[in-house]
Amino acid sequence: MDRQVIHKPVGVGETPNMVDYVATRAAFSWDAAREALAGLPGGRGVNMAHEAVDRWATGPRAHVAALRCVDRAGRTEVVTFAELSNASSRLANVLQGLGVAPGEAVFALLPRGVTLHTVVLGSLKHRAVFSPLFSAFGPEPVRQRLALGSARVLVTTPALYRRKVAPILADLPGLRHVLVTTATGPAPEGATNLDELMSGADDRYVIGPTDPEDPALLHFTSGTTGTPKGAVHVHDAVVAHLETGRLALDLRPGDVWWCTADPGWVTGISYGVLAPLLQGVTSVVDTGDFDVERWYRVLERERVSVWYTAPTALRMLMQAGPDAPARHDLSHLRFVASVGEPLNPEVVMWGDEVLGRPIHDNWWQTETGGIMIANYQCMDIRPGSMGRPLPGVEATVLARDARGRVRRDQRGDPVEAAPGAQGELALRRGWPSMFRGYLGEEPRYRACFAGDWYLSGDLVIRDEDGYFWFVGRGDDVIKSAGHLIGPFEVESALLEHEAVAEAGVIGKPDDTIGEVVKAFVTLRHGYEPSEQLRLDILGFARRRLGPAVAPREIAFDEHLPHTGSGKIMRRLLRARELGLPEGDTSTLESSR
Amino acid sequence: MTESEARRILGAVLATVAPEADLDEVGEGETMQEAMDLDSVDFLNLVIGLHERTGIEIPERDYPELATVEGCVAYLTSASA
Repeated sequence: MDRQVIHKPVGVGETPNMVDYVATRAAFSWDAAREALAGLPGGRGVNMAHEAVDRWATGPRAHVAALRCVDRAGRTEVVTFAELSNASSRLANVLQGLGVAPGEAVFALLPRGVTLHTVVLGSLKHRAVFSPLFSAFGPEPVRQRLALGSARVLVTTPALYRRKVAPILADLPGLRHVLVTTATGPAPEGATNLDELMSGADDRYVIGPTDPEDPALLHFTSGTTGTPKGAVHVHDAVVAHLETGRLALDLRPGDVWWCTADPGWVTGISYGVLAPLLQGVTSVVDTGDFDVERWYRVLERERVSVWYTAPTALRMLMQAGPDAPARHDLSHLRFVASVGEPLNPEVVMWGDEVLGRPIHDNWWQTETGGIMIANYQCMDIRPGSMGRPLPGVEATVLARDARGRVRRDQRGDPVEAAPGAQGELALRRGWPSMFRGYLGEEPRYRACFAGDWYLSGDLVIRDEDGYFWFVGRGDDVIKSAGHLIGPFEVESALLEHEAVAEAGVIGKPDDTIGEVVKAFVTLRHGYEPSEQLRLDILGFARRRLGPAVAPREIAFDEHLPHTGSGKIMRRLLRARELGLPEGDTSTLESSR
Repeated sequence: MTESEARRILGAVLATVAPEADLDEVGEGETMQEAMDLDSVDFLNLVIGLHERTGIEIPERDYPELATVEGCVAYLTSASA
């Protein structure tokens, strides 16, 4: 185990929000944390959007920049808290006018930008359930999620509508309104012009009574088998967004925040939209694509002080060399954090040397709603470790049997792993941003728990000082560029190609993006392997699934390994790919 | 390398990274990533493929110049001149 340590100087620089991890943890309670919430006026409950924008819109921060949106050309558009509050109220009134009822689902298939923020907050104000879609999804993942989530409204752009929504619209009878953001010209056939609706809407909206346990957000994630799972989060999760912003990310008034996550995923909503607004700080919203030079320019020009990004991006920056950061003034940067997949120690050290700031890895999942385990500003970093549990969160390592299930004692209670031994990372239920269900799938939800413990599916080791170390996934889910991809979803799409008889999909380790999706396919009788056919299948999968989910590599394999019951053994495929002995798959879990 | 050669090479590399994509769908001034629904990994693979195919060194800081079809063609032709 890596024993390198980055020590934090004591008494140098600004005092972090949390000075003493152990003492804060001992004194912490979620009930006390809830007292920092504004609450809806008149004791009408807790609503995320009220905490994020309305509470600031009438006070001294009303005219502070909530968002600084940087476009591809580097131009910046400023949106104040008051303006964002008004825009989201208009959106809520638009939903009201369309007859959307509280509890119904509003989806967005949008890039980063003011519209996305407006739709998230407006939906929450209207007490609709907001669900984001990733714009690099193809039509099939989009259709599946809209259908599973019983979408009533979808907000998107004309280009995304044309490419990904129009082809599937007929399959979605429950989707009543598709709103497109088009500043010029009429909306395309089948869609309504959102800008027209917005310009006619009132910018005052009184948020109705909101129970903290009312559903607020729906985030889809992938499992090993079956359809994507819709994790439901409630308005009370806002307490965790607030506290993790304060404790794990050390956000405070006057900060400039930049979260690079795409709004199609949970990080882009919990931390791209909500957490900075809850702290009343300014967020940089970069609408451009990843680009080394641009990113350093944004850090410098926007004077970013707290930066939350992902290992894939950091590794790309690292590979680009030290010249680019040396050309920029990064002196405003005071805290850097990373999430999405384990951060290798080299990148943590690179941050310390090249950016002048070590990178603080943290760990959480769609289901946890917010950061659960983290490296904190006040705590020494052990590079390669995800850190220690957030105050208010109890984490442990549960022992697993040979079949990968949590071991139980005679009373049926789960057994903790010995210190230093590998096991499944588990969290004691009860933190506010814990998911409250998988939409319409109670058995799958129940299967995530052993007694009071939520089972994360991640295999870890806890060292003697309570730092957690990621070892591998306990299942076949693929993590590519920080996104979870279900192999079943990819295999199903491949099987729809006329030449494909069978498909097995795995994550192949990759130095930059963690894992790449690789598919092994068996052809139907009458089809011969050829480069042209390989490219045809690749293009077919990309058209259906989009670049983020489709395989990047396809190999023909006439002998896919099967279990006795006929299921494809992905673990064996992975062993073959990695050149491990096929008879011994026990080492697979530590192979990443 | 002429412009038409550069465009042909770009098309050939694209066909291995994103076989479903069509260069002719990309309007002038549009970025290839947006117009053809490529993600940043695709774009990186495209640049790597162009380097492998032509031997032209393409440093990271030049990537933005390759974002559009015409930018890519201009880069390849001038770099090979």
